[in-house]
Amino acid sequence: MNLVIFSGPPSSGKTSIILKTIEAMRKRDLQVGVVKFDCLSTDDDILYEKAGIPVKKGLSGALCPDHYFASNIEEVVQWGRRRGLDLLITESAGLCNRCSPYIKSIKGVCVIDNLSGINTPKKIGPMLKAADIVVITKGDIVSQAEREVFASKVNSVNPKAMTMHINGLTGQGAFELSTLLYDEDENLESVTGMELRYPMPSALCSYCLGETRIGDDFQMGNVRKIELGDMDE
Amino acid sequence: MTINKILEKYPFAMSYFVENKLDVENHKEKTFQEFLDGFTHEEVEDLAMDKEELAENLEIFIDQMKEFLGIKEEVGVRSLTILPGFDKSGSPEGFNELTISTSQVISIVGPTGAGKSRLLADIEWTAQKDTPTGRSILINDELPDKKWRFSSNNKLVAQLSQNMNFVMDLTVMEFLQLHAESRLVEDVEGTIQRIIRAANSLAGEKFQLDTPVTALSGGQSRALMIADTAILSSSPIVLIDEIENAGIDRRKALNLLIDEDKIVLMATHDPTLALIADKRIIIKNGGIAKIIETTEEEKEILLKLEKMDTYIQDMRSSLRNGKTLSV
Repeated sequence: MNLVIFSGPPSSGKTSIILKTIEAMRKRDLQVGVVKFDCLSTDDDILYEKAGIPVKKGLSGALCPDHYFASNIEEVVQWGRRRGLDLLITESAGLCNRCSPYIKSIKGVCVIDNLSGINTPKKIGPMLKAADIVVITKGDIVSQAEREVFASKVNSVNPKAMTMHINGLTGQGAFELSTLLYDEDENLESVTGMELRYPMPSALCSYCLGETRIGDDFQMGNVRKIELGDMDE
Repeated sequence: MTINKILEKYPFAMSYFVENKLDVENHKEKTFQEFLDGFTHEEVEDLAMDKEELAENLEIFIDQMKEFLGIKEEVGVRSLTILPGFDKSGSPEGFNELTISTSQVISIVGPTGAGKSRLLADIEWTAQKDTPTGRSILINDELPDKKWRFSSNNKLVAQLSQNMNFVMDLTVMEFLQLHAESRLVEDVEGTIQRIIRAANSLAGEKFQLDTPVTALSGGQSRALMIADTAILSSSPIVLIDEIENAGIDRRKALNLLIDEDKIVLMATHDPTLALIADKRIIIKNGGIAKIIETTEEEKEILLKLEKMDTYIQDMRSSLRNGKTLSV
């Protein structure tokens, strides 16, 4: 089985791109399944089901979604193997732009959209910078100049990645992506022992543990204060 | 090499530092590695930095940009050739070979969903019988360079369509500056002036450099997009997808693209546009059903249509200028 990890900011078009890409793979007679990771709720699994794609979803609830991903990816891989999949795709939304779920030696795809603003590539951390393939969406509604500027900004934070423009509505470009995701010679049995490409943020302050009250007295553990600078003597 | 030396030799490296949020201003005497080593463990974690990757990527970035600058001087794309594949039912396409040269306009007609996107994707991906249609694409009569597929700075096709909008919060001036810088243009000021002049000659209403791009009228936006694509875009092929008639001189717009040596593909069912092309591609059932050369009779019809078009355009500008219309 092959594993590909899709990640990207909310509403950037991940699900549309994955659906169009799997559709483009139909003729190749490959079994493709998806596991969708999200935080509170998702209906994307229904979209995959409608398209006849084996799907599971994982909601992290009160946990950090990326930590949840890392704690469950092995189980998910074993599910894919039990289902006899040729290709397993995981989809997860990068919620604070700080983390990335990518694993070393596993293909990582970042989906990001032209509408998110010209400074977005700068704001996104390892989720964009450590991806192997960057898919840029929503190019059909912004100007050619903006597409070019956006792509060049992506290139300067991640020159190693291959950048592709895909239209999630018409699927233009999805076939091309589909040719890059599956490698016959690769046979993944487990991800145990593999490493994340970039460590996740350190956490564990009192709010991680369920504290709701505001104020210094209730803050414990890993706490940091904003530097406003105007009270310095 | 110190950062100073790097910037002296490759001024464009500054954009790498800026986009990666690396403030090198006070560290120019150091090498890039020394600069990176100056970050504490905590800072690295806070900024979600990867020092090794940053060092590695700087080299890749500089190589790519050098190559990109080199390409600009090389002979560019002179012709695009499409070799036939199959339609959705597996029947062979109805043409032998289509070669389009720079400064040539070809129109594309056919119902929505017939396979226009696929044709365009084949061109963009420089298909080699490895897409669902089985078509092949040649550039300058030769097998295309891999760079057209894999590099983000060398995209073969630029697109213009009716649905496109400006979304950046920038003035026309800032917008063009940004685009010119991303294309590593040397004479930024001169290029911007050329674009403005060209755009203003296309639009019914002139606009100023300090107008925000999001405040331009539909016609002005279209005019600026076309002028910018013609003059600044690195893509040698331009696809125009149904540009409607409001507030812009479409004939002039096409001429501008032709003058800038673009290969122009135009998806339209508007006879005044479709007949300007020497040939039109008929798309049906996922494939090219045939290619029709514009006949003499059609060229005559075009003259009539253009007269009608001018008549309507004149009325439009009279209305805009507050005049009373008369026959």
